[in-house]
Parts: sequence; structure tokens; C-alpha cells
Amino acid sequence: MTAHVLLIEDEPNIAEAIRFILMRDGLKVSTHSSGADAIEAVRSTQPDLLILDLMLPGMSGFDILSALRADPQTEDLPVLMLTAKGQVRDRAAAERAGVDAFMSKPFSNTEMLASVRALVPR
Amino acid sequence: MPFDILVLACLCYVILLFLVAFLVERRSVGEALPWLRSPLVYTLSLSIYCTAWTFYGAVGYAARSGLEYLTIYLGPTLVFVGWWWVLRKLVRIGRQQRVTSIADLISSRYGKSNLLGVLVTLLCVVAATPYIALQLQSVTLSFSVFASGPHEGWQMPDHDSTSIWVAAGLALFTILFGTRKLDANEQHTGIVTAIAVEGVVKLVALVAVGAFVVWGVADGPADVIARIDRSVIADWDLVPSRWAGLTMLSAAAVICLPRMFQVLVVETRDERHLATASWAFPLYMFLMSLFVVPIAVVGLEIMPEGANPDLFVLTVPLDQGQGGLAMLAFLGGFSSATAMVIVAAVALATMVSNHIVMPLWLSLRATPGVAGDVRGIVLLARRISIAGVLGLGYGYYRLSGGSSALATIGLISFVGVAQMLPAMLGGIFWRGATRTGALWGLTLGFAVWAYTLFLPSFGPDAVIPARMLLEGPFGIAWLRPQALFGVEGMDPLIHAMFWSLVLNGTVFCAASLVSFPRPLERLQGAAFVNVFETGNRGPQGWAEGKAEAEELLVMAQRILGEEEALALFQSEARLQGKEGYLPDPIPAFVERLERRLAGSVGAATAHAMLAQLAGRAAVSVEDLMAVANETAQIMEYSARLEAQQEELTRTARQLREANDKLTRLSVQKDAFLSQISHELRTPMTSIRAFSEILMEGDLPPEMAARHARIIHEEAIRLTRLLDDLLDLSVLENGSVQLNLGLANLQQMIDRALQSAAHTRPERSFTIHRDPAVENIFLYTDSDRLAQVFINLISNARKYCDAAHPELRISVRQKGGRVTVDFADNGSGISKESQELIFEKFARLSDQTRAGGAGLGLAICREVMANLGGTITYLPGQGGAAFRVTLPLRLQRAA
Repeated sequence: MTAHVLLIEDEPNIAEAIRFILMRDGLKVSTHSSGADAIEAVRSTQPDLLILDLMLPGMSGFDILSALRADPQTEDLPVLMLTAKGQVRDRAAAERAGVDAFMSKPFSNTEMLASVRALVPR
Repeated sequence: MPFDILVLACLCYVILLFLVAFLVERRSVGEALPWLRSPLVYTLSLSIYCTAWTFYGAVGYAARSGLEYLTIYLGPTLVFVGWWWVLRKLVRIGRQQRVTSIADLISSRYGKSNLLGVLVTLLCVVAATPYIALQLQSVTLSFSVFASGPHEGWQMPDHDSTSIWVAAGLALFTILFGTRKLDANEQHTGIVTAIAVEGVVKLVALVAVGAFVVWGVADGPADVIARIDRSVIADWDLVPSRWAGLTMLSAAAVICLPRMFQVLVVETRDERHLATASWAFPLYMFLMSLFVVPIAVVGLEIMPEGANPDLFVLTVPLDQGQGGLAMLAFLGGFSSATAMVIVAAVALATMVSNHIVMPLWLSLRATPGVAGDVRGIVLLARRISIAGVLGLGYGYYRLSGGSSALATIGLISFVGVAQMLPAMLGGIFWRGATRTGALWGLTLGFAVWAYTLFLPSFGPDAVIPARMLLEGPFGIAWLRPQALFGVEGMDPLIHAMFWSLVLNGTVFCAASLVSFPRPLERLQGAAFVNVFETGNRGPQGWAEGKAEAEELLVMAQRILGEEEALALFQSEARLQGKEGYLPDPIPAFVERLERRLAGSVGAATAHAMLAQLAGRAAVSVEDLMAVANETAQIMEYSARLEAQQEELTRTARQLREANDKLTRLSVQKDAFLSQISHELRTPMTSIRAFSEILMEGDLPPEMAARHARIIHEEAIRLTRLLDDLLDLSVLENGSVQLNLGLANLQQMIDRALQSAAHTRPERSFTIHRDPAVENIFLYTDSDRLAQVFINLISNARKYCDAAHPELRISVRQKGGRVTVDFADNGSGISKESQELIFEKFARLSDQTRAGGAGLGLAICREVMANLGGTITYLPGQGGAAFRVTLPLRLQRAA
């Protein structure tokens, strides 16, 4: 069974890059660009991994994450958080909010693949 | 001397005066000439006290009644020598309350009562009518003296047509003079200077005739004294009651006559000028009276029996073949008449328009918000009033037959205006004086004056039947007009003056004592009586927050004109520390605004107009209690404390606001690094990811090309961000290179619209412009300015949320500056955000996709600062609106 990754990222070019890298590696990738209805997107897609950008229009990555963790259906969903701010305190806050992995932009493609592989159940 | 040369001389003289007034007014707009502000001009302008009556009539008076004419000068001399007591207070009150006329003073003192204003106005118009008739008569007579030659008397067949021409000419002249300025301000620098010139002309003329009589006709002073001893004048006896009465009368007149009040109080530039006038004006009057007796005596001697002594000043030189001197004397008399008529008509017209026309106009108008410029109505009302006043004067002249001696007519007017004395003096010295007292006193005094002096002056059977004069109305003897209460054998003038003033004063005091002042009256009374103690504060009259600042601005614009009103509101906003916004309608501001408006339309009207907007004046229960407890003093003190506390609260609020802003800015500065980081990392992420993909090198060519294009786009985005940041930094530290040149504003806007069309090209905008106004050449950096325009238009394209978006670009040129407004019809920017939008990275939404990094307006602000201009947010325009202001020509800092 191919693992399903949902990518929530508002920068279309970044989304395209990640999608390309993951699909080439044999993963199924859906993308979503808005924060406001991100939670519905997670519920309807039921991904195996969520890649979540921190700064999203409508709702921040932190809020989406805490909403997911509060829901029994999604509380165990592995989440990889991306941020362009890259400050230490963001990483700490993300860990407190319960991310499984955290990555600063820009990232190297191999690093991205490695993190995803580590999180996706095979 | 031919009549037409005379007319020509008059015309030339009038044109000269007009030029003086015109030039002075032009100069006074810029920096006034220093001597114009000197006490000399003030003193000379007071010379309108000496009208044609004094110029011609004093000689006639002396010929008939000896030295009694001196009383006319004695009264004013006493008033001026004692200026510290009454005049200083009047002038101080006048300046502090921005009084526009004597009617305004009285109405303002008694609780801004317009009824009193109307009454005083009517009284003044009626009392001034004989006086204006007198001027017409003297000018007409002096014309006829010339026209018919010196020896054939002065009866001219066409007196009537001469007088109507004189009246019409004076009306036209006064309208041109007094209502030329579109600005309905009460100070007329030009007129005052012209009056001062006329003051010099009449003094020189009279002294010249006097000198000619003493040294040319007689053989010097000794001879003149000998001739006086021989003449009938030496036989004259002093009548103490008439002396005392007339002295008092002229003292009252010098402060009550509307025209004297106009130059004395309304036109004053500096209170200190009074100190100079206190000796200089009596000196002027002394010189004016010095040669009166010699001219009278010599005239009686050398002129044929029955010659009119009122015209000796003209006929004596003519008789002696001194045509030039007679001409000078004629111009002197003409000066006296025109000066008086101009100032009196202007003063009366102000009263009529402020107290009768404006209140009527206000009450006829249904809602306070109707558009229209009040100034036009004010000016029109004044012009019509001037014509009306002169028309009345002419009517009186025709009715009274133009026969009475000059001096008698003048005294009738004096008694009339003296009726205002009790209300005026009572008003400024006695806090107990009330509106009811003033109303009753004035009405009764006015009625007695009309009954005993004014109406009988038309002659028996003209208005009052001769029978009634002899036997009283319906045969009631004690009501005989010239012997009230059976007091017989009194001089009719003194009789009228005595009874009118005694009844007026008594009723004024009695009614004031029994009536109860309204709160506003009480407050105004305190402000008037204690004018020297209260400093520059008037009573607090307005409640907080009743009027909207915007409504106030609209109204002020209609009275003061757009520019002046805006300037007033801006300076007030600066005082309140909210520059760029409308000021809060705090009571102190409304109060200041009311006084400013009162300077144009009078206290009662200004009060009524503000009351329409502010609901009501804040004289409330507390005020009434204060009045009842006689604690008005304490209340004033506490009001002052309250005001101080308000001031402190306001300062505290300003500090709090400043602190809030600083905190917000500091948070923003903190966010700055994080923002920069985010803005740089985002494009870099795509670049890095795609370049790594490309490096692996096993892609189909079309996909490789697509990825390369994304890398390219993101690299450009990165460059643009860095450019903006560098631009901002260069602009901020002032090391920017400006490329200055002449450029057409219209073309710049065209260019900006074209460039900005690339932003969200799918939106179609309706653009409103006025190309004709935009056709201005600016000396500036056109690329930089266009950059600002493009930014504003792009912002409108991005953020205007109206269904049918519209953008209005309006250009205005004012002085050396140009403003360009960009207003859209969207929902605008909320008040709390308005202060932040010009800060760096201050995007109002988190919509990264909306465009740049939030540096646009910050850059605009810096560009405008470098172009010597500003960019501000314009609140209250419906949608989002920005105003760009810049100089027509940018002066490079050396």
C-alpha cells in the first residue's frame, strides 16, 4: 500500500517541489493551500503523514496542530512541521504542540525525504 | 468755479482714497507696514467723530451760540483723558469677545440675546438717519455754494437731484469700500487708513482757512481778539444746564455712536494705542476747534446779512477770491462727510446683517446641514443694508426739508444713541444688570427720545400735529412732547435728553433688580465685568461631545471659507495632539470656534448656529444653583480647575496613546528580523529544492525547463525584496540621489495608472479624474513620485473590496503646494490600523499572496519625505484615501 502524504503549504512553488520529490519516491501526495479549512482536508483525506507549514493564511500551523491533537481520530497522526522563520523558540513551541518532526526552510531534498521516510509507516 | 470741475475734484479725491485703502489692504495681507500699526493711524481714524457737522456746523454753532460748540469737544476729551476707566475696558471686552458692533456688545453681554441685538440695531439705524441726512445736506449745500457763485446765496434749483446723486455716490463708494473683501471679517485696515487720510485732509483744510482768516483777512491774533470783543459772540451767556447736558451728551455719544464704536473698539489693533489716543485725540479736537470762533466772527463781519453761518468755512475764502483755499475747504468738508457715512454705513450694515438678516436666514432654513456659502449672503445683506441706510438718510433729508441748522440735527442723533449708555455701562460695570432691565430701559428711552425729540424734529404737523405739541395728546397736558410731566421752560434738547436718560436709567436699574438673569447672562456678565481678572478665558458654555467635529467643520467652512476653517481646525488638532485628524469637539474648542464665528456673524448668531449643532449650551442645573447661591465666582474657579483637570486628562491620554504606539512599534521591530528571515527563506526554499532536483539531471527537458523557470522567478522575487530593503535604507538615511526635473503631473498619473494596471489585471476599475486640474508642471523627481502613485493605485487594486471598485484621483493646488488625493470606495482602513500602515512589514492581513513584503507604504512615506512632501491617510472619506502633498518646486537643501 502506498503511503499517503497530505501537504498543507501556501507557497505554490514550494508545494510543487515537495510534491515532486515525494512522488518520485513513490508516495501519494495531496496538497492543500489554505489554513482555514485544513482540518476538514485532513479528515477527508485521512493521510498517513501530514506536512504542515507554520504560517498559513486563515489559521496558523500551531492552531491546526492543536486541533488535530485534540481529536481522538487524528491525535496519533504523524506531523512534520515546516517553517520559514527558523527561530529556536518556534521549534520549541512546535515540540510542545506535539509535532513529530520539525524542519526549517530552506531544506535539502535528501533531508526532507529522510524525515518523511522516518515518519511514514512502511 | 464750474460745477463739473468740482465733481471731477471729488471723483479724483474719492479714487485717491480708494487707492489708499486698496494698497493698504493688499499690504496688510502680507506683512503690514509698521506705521499702519502705529497709534497715529488709530488716533486719526478716531477723527470721524468730527463730521461735516463739526467741519461746517461748528462755525455756524459758534455764530449762533458762542462758545457752546466747545461742549461737543469737551465730552470726548473727558472720556479720552479718563480712558483707563471706560475705554480700556470696552476695548478689552471687544477684543476678547470678538465684538463686531455695539449691538453685538450689548446682545452678547445680556446672554447673547438677539432681541436686544435687533432693538439696538433699530435704534442705531433710526438715530443715525438724521446724522446721515446731515452729511448729505452739508455736501449738497457746499456743492451749491460753488455752483451758484459766492454772492448769489446758496439756493440751487436742483438741490434734490444733487442730494440724490450724493447719496447714491456715497452708497456705491461705501459698498465698494466696505464690502469689497469676500472675507466677512470685521476689521477693515484699508478703510481705517483711508479715514486717517481724510482726518488729515479736514484738519489741514480747517486750519488753512483759519490761518487765512487770522492772518489774511484780519491782521493777526490781536486783531482777531479785538474783533471778537466787538462781535455779538462776546455777548453770549453761559447756560450751565446746557453746558453740562451737552458735555455729557457728547461724552456718551463718543462711545455709543455706532461709527465711533467701530473705529474705537472693533478696528483696534492694539490696546496700547488707546494710551496715545488719550492725549492725541483731544489735541486733534483742540486744533479742529481752534479757529472756529475767528472764522465765525470774521464771517459775521464781512458776509452779507442773512448769510448762512454754517457755510462760512467755504463762503469766506470764496468771498475773498481764494478759489484754491475754498476748494481745499470743500474737500475738507467732503472728507468729513464721506468718512462719517462710510464708517457709519459699514457699522450699521454689519449690525443689520448680523442681528436681523442672519437670524432670519437661520430660522427660515429648515435643517442645519443645507449646503451653501453663508458669506455670500452676509455680503449681500451688508450691501443692501448700506444702500438702505443711505436711502433712509436721504428720505429724512427730504422729509425734514433740509432746513434745520446742522448742529441741531447732530444733537438729535446724539441723544438717540446715548440711550444705549445705561445698558452698556451697566453691562460692563454691574453684574446685576439683566437682559430684562436692558430691554425695558432701551425701549423706554428710545420711545421717549422719539416722542420728545426725533418726531418733533420733522417740524410741526409733519409727524406730530402742532396741536399735540402745544396741548399734549388728547389734551393731556403733562404728556406734551416738549414739556413732559409739566416741566416747562426747558431747552427742548436738554428736556428730551433728561427725561429719556432718567427714565431709561431708572427702568434699567429697577427692572434689573427685580428680574432674574438667565444662566448664560450671568456667565457673560461675569466675563464682561471681570474682564481684567478672568485673563483670557470666557465662560465655559458648551457641553462635551454634543457636536460632531465634521459638522462643525462644514459649518465653519461656510462662514469663514474653506481655507481658513481648515487652518483653524488643523491648528486645534495640533493643540490636542492629533495632527492629521479632526480635533475633538471639546468645550474649549467649541468656545474658541464660537468666538471666531462671532467675529464674522456676531455673538448671537454664532451662538444660535452652534446651538443648532451642539444641542444646547451646557448651562445646566449646576449653573442655576450657582446663580441662586450667588456662587458664580466659585463656579468659575471650579470650572477653571475642571478645565485644568480636563487638560491633564487629555495629556495623560496623549501619553498613553504615544506609549501604546511605541509598544506596538517595538513589537514590530522585534518581528522585523523574523519577517526578513521569512521573506528571504521562502523563495530560497523553492530555489534550493528545484536546483537540487535539476542537479540530479534525469529529467525530461520540458520539466527541467519548468523547474528552471520557477528558480528564475523566485530569484527575481528575492532580488526585488532586497531592492526594496536597500531602497528603504537609502531613503531612510537621506543619502538618496534625486533626479530632479520638470514633469507634468497629468502624465505622471497616466504613467502610474498604466503601470499599476498589471496588478490584478482582472479587476476593472472606474477611475475619476479631472485632467484639466492635473495639468501642472512640477519640479521634482518624477520617477520617485510615480513610484508613490503606482504603489497607491496598486494598493487600491489589491485591497479595495467594493463590488464595483472606483478610484478617485483629485488634484488641488494651493499656494506653492500640490495635493493629490487617491480615494477608493472600499471599506477603508480601521482607525487603529491607520497609524501602523506606514510602518515596515505592516501588512494588515497575513495574506502573503496579496503582494510584496509590506514595504510599499513605508517606502512611499520615505520617498515623499525626500521630495519635501508628505503622504497621509485621509480619514472619513468613505473608502481608503491617501493624500500626497508636495511642493510645486522642490528646493534642494544646500
